[in-house]
Amino acid sequence: MVNHEALNCEQMWREISNYVDGDVDAALRSTMDEHFRTCSRCASVLAGTRNVVQLYGDERMLEVPAGFSRRLEKRLAKKAAVKRSGWAGWSVWLVPVAAMVLIAGTLLMTSSSRNWPAFKSQHAVPAKNIPPDMVVVVSSGAKLFHVPGCEFIHDKASQRTMTAKEAMREGYVPCPRCLRQYLKTGLTRERGEDARAEAEEEQGEVLSVAGH
Amino acid sequence: MVLSDVVDNPGQAGGTREQDLILSVQHGQLELFYELVRPYERRVYAAALAILRNEHDAEDVAQEAMLKAFANIRQFRAEARFSTWLIQITVNEALMRRRRERTVQMEGIDGHRSATGEEESEYAPRDFADWREIPSEALERKEVRLRLAEALGTLDRKYREVFVLRDMEHLNIQETAEALGITVASVKTRLLRARLMLRDLLAAGWEQGWFSRLPFEKGNKPW
Repeated sequence: MVNHEALNCEQMWREISNYVDGDVDAALRSTMDEHFRTCSRCASVLAGTRNVVQLYGDERMLEVPAGFSRRLEKRLAKKAAVKRSGWAGWSVWLVPVAAMVLIAGTLLMTSSSRNWPAFKSQHAVPAKNIPPDMVVVVSSGAKLFHVPGCEFIHDKASQRTMTAKEAMREGYVPCPRCLRQYLKTGLTRERGEDARAEAEEEQGEVLSVAGH
Repeated sequence: MVLSDVVDNPGQAGGTREQDLILSVQHGQLELFYELVRPYERRVYAAALAILRNEHDAEDVAQEAMLKAFANIRQFRAEARFSTWLIQITVNEALMRRRRERTVQMEGIDGHRSATGEEESEYAPRDFADWREIPSEALERKEVRLRLAEALGTLDRKYREVFVLRDMEHLNIQETAEALGITVASVKTRLLRARLMLRDLLAAGWEQGWFSRLPFEKGNKPW
C-alpha cells in the first residue's frame, strides 16, 4: 500500500505509468501532482513518459510496406470470389439434388408401403378398417389370420394369439370366412375370390390333416 | 481524460458506418469487407510486426489474420469492438507463427529471465535533465519515425508486445492481458518498464543526434 503522504521518487516512478493512464485514485493523484510541482527529476520522467505515449500512439507511427493495401485487397477479392463461387457452385446443384432426394424418398416410401407387409399368400387381399388391436389367431404354415374359434384355422396345435396389427406385420391376411367384412372386396373382387379359394384350400388341408 | 483516448480511433469515429458494414458483410456483401478493415490495416500490421520482428512475416501474418477475420465474420458479435477482435486474431496468428517457426526456443531465454524475477525488479529512469520533448509534428519525417521504430525494436519482446498493443493499438489493459495470455499485473509492470526504457532511449537519441535537423531547432528550441 502506497503511503500517499510521503512518496519518494522511486515510488513515484512505480506509479507514473498508471498516473499517465488515469489509473490512480484521487488521493494518490493529488499527492503525485504535488510531488511533480516540487521535483524536477520526476517532472522530467513524467514529461518524457507522456511524450513517448503521445508519439508512439500517433497513427503515423503505424506504417505498412509499400503495396500492402493493394496486395491485401487482391487476396480478399480472390477469397471472396472463391467463397461466392463455392456457394454458387453448390447452389447450382442444390435444386436438382434436393428434387432427386425428394423423388427418391417418395419412391422409397411408396414402394415400402406397397411391400409392407410381405404377404404370405400371392392371393392376399389387404385388410380394410380392421381394428389393429383385435385379437386374432394364426398358425404355423398358414397364410391367414382368423378370429379365435374359426373353423378354418389350419393346424390348431400350433396356433398363436396376437393382434391383427401384429398378424398383418408378419404377412398374414384376413380369413375370407371369419373376417370377410374387413376385406377390400370392392376393388379386388377377383383377389377376394382367390383368397376364398385359398381358405378352402386351407380347409382342405385341415380336413386332410384331421383325416390322418 | 486518459491520454490514449485522445488519440484518433477510427473504430470509434465511424462506429455506425462500421456497424452497417459489418452487417452488410455478414449478410453476404463480401466485397465490402476490405472497406471494413482498411482503417485497421496499419494497426494489424504493427501488431504482427511487434511480435514477429520481420517485415515479410508480419505482412503475411497480417494478411492471413484479415482473411481469417473475413472467413469468420459471421461469428463476430456487436458487443465487442471490431478493432479489438481484429487485433486479437492478429496476435493469435502471430504467436502461432512464432511457435511454428521455433523462435520460441530463442525467446524462451527472455522468458527464463522474467521467471527469475527480472520483470519484477524496478527500472529506474537514467536521464533527469529537463525533458526535451519531441513534438508530434516531427513524425512527418520518415527519419524520425524510423528512429522511434528502431528504439522500439531494441526492447525485449515481452515489453515490446505489451507496449505495442497498449500504446499503439490502444487496447485497454484487460484486452492486452487477454490477447497475450498474461495477467493484468504483468501488463502494468511491463508497460511501465517499456515506457521508461523508451523515454531513456529517446533522451539518448537526442545526444546521438537522432532528431537533428528538425524544423523546430531553428530559433526557439522546445526545451
